[in-house]
Amino acid sequence: MEHEEILHRCFRCGYCKLPGNYVDINCPSYLAFRFETYAPGGRMWLLRAWLDGKVSASARFADILFSCATCGNCVAHCAFPEFKDQLLLAFTAGKEAFLNEGVAPPMVRDLLTKIQNHGNAYGKPAKQRSGWVEGTDIPLFSDQEYALFADDVTAYDPRGQEIARSVARLLQQAGVNFGVLSGNFRSDGNDVRAMGETALLEDLATHNIKEMGRLGVQKILTLSPHSLNAMKNDYPGLGAKQQVFHYTQALAFAMKNLKFKTDLPEIRVAFHDPCYLGRHNNDYESARMILRAVPGMKLVEMDRNRKNALCCGGGGGNFFTDLLSGGDDTPARVRVREAADSGAAVLAVACPICAVMLEDAVKVERADAAIRVMEISEIVLGRM
Amino acid sequence: MTTELIQQLEKIVGPRFVSGAAEELYLYSMDPGTMPQAYPDAVILPKTVEEVQQMVRLAGELKIPVVPMGAGLVLSGLTRALKGGVIIDMKRMNRIIEVNPLSRYAVVEGGVAQGMLQAYLKKHHPTLKHSMPDAPPIATMAGNMCIHGSGHLSVLGGSHSDMLTGMEVVLPTGEIIRTGSCSVSPDWFGRSPLPDLSGLFIGWAGTTGIVTKLGIKLFPNYAFNDVLIFVCEDAEAMPDVISRLTGVQVAEDMTPWMTPKPDWAKGFLHINIAYGAHSKKELTFKRNLLQASVRHYIDQKTAGFLPLPPPQKGRFLKVPSPDLARFADLRKGGGFEYVGALMAIEHFPEAYRAGLSIAEKFQVSYSLGARIIGAGHAMMFFFAYAFNRADSEDVRRASLALEATNEAALAMGGIPWKAEVPAQRQIIEKMDPETFALMGRIRSVLDPNGIMNPGNWEK
Repeated sequence: MEHEEILHRCFRCGYCKLPGNYVDINCPSYLAFRFETYAPGGRMWLLRAWLDGKVSASARFADILFSCATCGNCVAHCAFPEFKDQLLLAFTAGKEAFLNEGVAPPMVRDLLTKIQNHGNAYGKPAKQRSGWVEGTDIPLFSDQEYALFADDVTAYDPRGQEIARSVARLLQQAGVNFGVLSGNFRSDGNDVRAMGETALLEDLATHNIKEMGRLGVQKILTLSPHSLNAMKNDYPGLGAKQQVFHYTQALAFAMKNLKFKTDLPEIRVAFHDPCYLGRHNNDYESARMILRAVPGMKLVEMDRNRKNALCCGGGGGNFFTDLLSGGDDTPARVRVREAADSGAAVLAVACPICAVMLEDAVKVERADAAIRVMEISEIVLGRM
Repeated sequence: MTTELIQQLEKIVGPRFVSGAAEELYLYSMDPGTMPQAYPDAVILPKTVEEVQQMVRLAGELKIPVVPMGAGLVLSGLTRALKGGVIIDMKRMNRIIEVNPLSRYAVVEGGVAQGMLQAYLKKHHPTLKHSMPDAPPIATMAGNMCIHGSGHLSVLGGSHSDMLTGMEVVLPTGEIIRTGSCSVSPDWFGRSPLPDLSGLFIGWAGTTGIVTKLGIKLFPNYAFNDVLIFVCEDAEAMPDVISRLTGVQVAEDMTPWMTPKPDWAKGFLHINIAYGAHSKKELTFKRNLLQASVRHYIDQKTAGFLPLPPPQKGRFLKVPSPDLARFADLRKGGGFEYVGALMAIEHFPEAYRAGLSIAEKFQVSYSLGARIIGAGHAMMFFFAYAFNRADSEDVRRASLALEATNEAALAMGGIPWKAEVPAQRQIIEKMDPETFALMGRIRSVLDPNGIMNPGNWEK
């Protein structure tokens, strides 16, 4: 197993369970289950024990491994600088080893099979990837500056499609020169890689890179931070030459082109940092720049923000596999309670997975009266 | 039996928070120290005191052992299930119940982590703080209290058990009792003037009950903070230096340290002295007092204060410091083990020499140091040895060094702190027999079924 040489070096000191300010548990799977096994240190020691023949590759062990949301909190806060950057890589390698052993949670296996067979997590035809544009004046990509890539959620999930249309409309009004990628594109592969299926990521990426090359794409705008992460960090190693941006990174500098109503009441908004925009790609400011540029917007911060943000629990494929669901302390539910406690009326998100996860959590928490989840573009459009 | 046990436990806390799976049993069979594995039959994560109570009553009926656990960071294996049974991981009980800013105490549940209380006070009561141990921030308040921990306010306030104001405890027979003022009053201000029953649960390694709430003293959180580092080469002078520095009674924390790395530190004895004040003027006054207290050594040019640029002071003032956990990576093997021995400060030179000698004999990477308790009333002298857990010979060497250190500490009049089972036996050997007999009688009254963490404090 790759990175196995670091497994025994974990002291299980537990810094990885917490944010940098220690306010509460910040590892999504440990938060949800609370057994030491579900914490990063537990995974490290269990993987070592498995390699040493002391525990078996069981169904529960697979649940423990695949419930990691790959949020990167452990990497951000591990006390050991010499190997902290390898933590998630080790967990991914562990998942890959389990997949090779044929031991994976059924939901993971089914998800990967679906993506393998259909090129997306929804089992839908590739030609429908840009179906959310139909009936609108949102342009398809031809020779614009930016090509807008819709990930699986924005392409196929009804709520994701709403977000995609909202973002595209806002980009249009801000004067960003873009067109939506259509044709034979497949899943970005980010969460496939996070689930340990490196070969499938390579297949998906190679295919997408070829398609982008065929269309002459130079700059990519992604709707999802997950796509940003894969295309910015994994695709170049497979031959991609494009520059890649999350849509907020282009929009932040185009906000001056928008005109806002000035007679609307002030709203208090808390921004939920997406893991793959924040901790994984170190951008904590673009979304906040957008929100600050809107008149009447009072930006408040939750106790856990930026590098300390609590993940919604949807990363690492968990959005589809639901391995973290079921308890009172699922990360999304805890995050909604934290947002409500901050005094915000709106919880702003910049990731379609976060949007769906947190909206579902608001319903379960019956917190509709206290807080509303809105994608950033929806907030901005609502003030124009 | 195990399946039936799991089913009964599930009735108490629900299936999500009980496990008899191989993965949990493996991980909870050990801690990061060198003690051998001991497998539990199940692990349970209660949320309420009533759930703990039901669990303990069930264990009493079934005559199965119960082992309470906080963060499991004690390193001496006290939370291993030596005779099987159920480990109660307390960390879901993590509510901060009350902070009394005027009487300066907090009441927390048994699973509250040190870091969480620190964060809570910083947000809601920024003028208050509690004494953080050097343990990582996930270490629990109750766990540290039950082992007589010490921390960053221990010169000011003594051992953490001296800062305890009361407890709620589930007894081994299932009754829920309170100790201290909260047993009479709604206020958790202290342990006097009542018979001090808190002592029945501190230092007993979880053999007398399960702490589900505790009250602790809070202290002023100063606006201005500073650290001085005193350096000398003569271990014989250290007791007098410590006595002088504590004598002026302005320090919050005082921690001598001696390590062979970095190279510039080798051979020197350092003392970090942390202190704070409400104003710069007061801070300067306190600094002058501390410096004046050891002027004798400075005038003799046998010792002095290490010049410390302000940016470096932040590192020494960071509480808790991850540098301590990083010692575990010294041999790139994720492990360190230590003896912390409580002893009178006049034994400092002897303890220092013993530490060097043992490290050399067993060829272990070491770090020596101490935390001063109270106004020089005692110290917790620690002998820490790093090891590579992937190298069984290295683990064995660390383990032997540990045993030799325990012997040396006891021989010089010290007492190993949070002693692992072999060290408990070494202590019992030296203990007044009538004292040990009384411990046994107390345990048999409190725990007639012998279910609480059996295997500890036994011959």
